[in-house]
Amino acid sequence: MSNALPDFDLLRPQSVEEAVAALQTSPSARLCAGGTDLIVNMRHGLVELETLVDLGAVVAMKRLEADAAGLHIGAGVTLRDLAESEAVSESYTAIRQAALAVAGPGHRAVATVGGNLCLETRCLYYNQSHWWRKANDFCLKYRGETCHVAPTGNRCRAAFCGDLAPALMVFGAKIEIAGPNGIRRIALPDLYREDGADHLTLAACEIITAIHIAPSKAKSGYAKVRIRGAIDFPLAGVAIACERGSPSARSFRIAVTGTNSCPLLLDGPAPLADGDDPDAYFGALNKLVQKAVSPQRTTTTGAHYRRLAVAALAARLAKELVDG
Amino acid sequence: MKRIVSLVVNGQQFEDAVDDNMLLIDYLREIRRLTGVKRGCDGGECGACTVLVDGRARPSCITFASLCDGSAIETIEGQARNGRLSPLQRAFHENLGAQCGFCTPGMIMAAEALLRRTPDPDDDAIRAALGGNLCRCTGYVKIIGSVRAAAAASP
Ligand SMILES: Cc1cc2nc3c(=O)[nH]c(=O)nc-3n(C[C@H](O)[C@H](O)[C@H](O)COP(=O)(O)OP(=O)(O)OC[C@H]3O[C@@H](n4cnc5c(N)ncnc54)[C@H](O)[C@@H]3O)c2cc1C
Ligand code: SF4
Ligand code: FES
Ligand code: FES
Repeated sequence: MSNALPDFDLLRPQSVEEAVAALQTSPSARLCAGGTDLIVNMRHGLVELETLVDLGAVVAMKRLEADAAGLHIGAGVTLRDLAESEAVSESYTAIRQAALAVAGPGHRAVATVGGNLCLETRCLYYNQSHWWRKANDFCLKYRGETCHVAPTGNRCRAAFCGDLAPALMVFGAKIEIAGPNGIRRIALPDLYREDGADHLTLAACEIITAIHIAPSKAKSGYAKVRIRGAIDFPLAGVAIACERGSPSARSFRIAVTGTNSCPLLLDGPAPLADGDDPDAYFGALNKLVQKAVSPQRTTTTGAHYRRLAVAALAARLAKELVDG
Repeated sequence: MKRIVSLVVNGQQFEDAVDDNMLLIDYLREIRRLTGVKRGCDGGECGACTVLVDGRARPSCITFASLCDGSAIETIEGQARNGRLSPLQRAFHENLGAQCGFCTPGMIMAAEALLRRTPDPDDDAIRAALGGNLCRCTGYVKIIGSVRAAAAASP
């Protein structure tokens, strides 16, 4: 019988070092973690590879631990295990809610944190079958000459739609990256750039191995809008961590997804102080989020709606964190 | 590349030569002839192809067969024992949980994974467990009722 996918070599490294070496065996080698994003894209003919490096046997990347230094999340931890972790449920509500908002339970049983952070960007003109895209002369992101979303521009605007990244960002997450030149650590926002065709700053043959988060007393939450109530990517999503200052001032860290080619950790807003009028404050917060995002026509749902929706979600969530 | 994988499918041990790029759905349907594993969207979106891999529900259309080496796979064909329907099969039959029936094998396997972990789930838990399974016929009410009935009927 014929197989649905073109042929490739499958490598199963047992350690991070072996995985980095496996990636170096072929210029088109790609990592496969849970495969719930990659295999779908392979089936659409969007990924050409000769070597697939499966991370499933790299036990060292599956560690999930909380201690005095905070939370260590191996990049190979599944979203299901992340959501079920007691440490996460106790102190990092936004992370739990974001993990549970990804796809369906069958996906989450294998989908990993690393795969979610490195999720391919998405677009109405990209996540289609080969014949569909071919009939449309392809597009900038893959084989084509123009972008159908912004035809006068020279950059792909496909949207990053991972749910977890904003929830990790509001806790100041740092990621650990292993590569041919050793190990480096960066702040999570530095993993991304605003370019739908090349949104990750990882160098060739680099692997995210773990995520570190400092201990936190912040109250937090994650909310998303999507077309269906389940198995659906965010049209827009927002995570907020709210910290109590003195005596009752509240400061907010806000990060969004689904609106740009990368998740964004926003600047501001100024803390909500004691005498502030809450309605005016949350109104201003709404405006601040609207200004910070730039959704494009990459979904069937209008860009303007997504701008308004993410801002409304943010204002509502911030208010809930103060009131609740 | 082909490699030999060893799988327990519905309780029976198999050793098969499988291409690295073969998907679990194709292995089950084409090699094991278990056509109760339905191909709906063929892209991880509908749950019709759901099977259990080591007791966990997974869409088999986005799972590589070779990466399941050493695992136990369960499909709808393994649910009836000695000619007797499983509690879920019986409940779907008696409560009109199936109309055209195309989503039903996936629904039952996803529900089976739920009932093994949570024998007495509330409606929210049932909805969450079936969140990855689409049905174009029933409107879901009868499906949720069927799972509830199966839970009540199980010892
Ligand atoms: C129907 C459906 C609905 C979905 N809905 C959502 C949703 O609502 N929200 C959402 O966020 N996602 C959604 N997804 C996408 C996907 O399931 C998740 O994002 C998942 O977390 C991806 O993780 P994975 O381990 O399966 O990644 P994979 O598919 O294995 O990998 C994804 C990408 O990351 C790279 N990669 C994997 N691990 C690493 C690593 N450690 N270091 C560097 N690169 C790595 C891979 O090479 C690949 O390019 C959906 C998918 C489907 C099929
Ligand atoms: S934003 Fe433009 S270039 Fe990018 S995937 Fe969509 S149509 Fe293609
Ligand atoms: S056929 Fe596998 S999820 Fe639809
Ligand atoms: S019974 Fe027809 S799709 Fe569910």
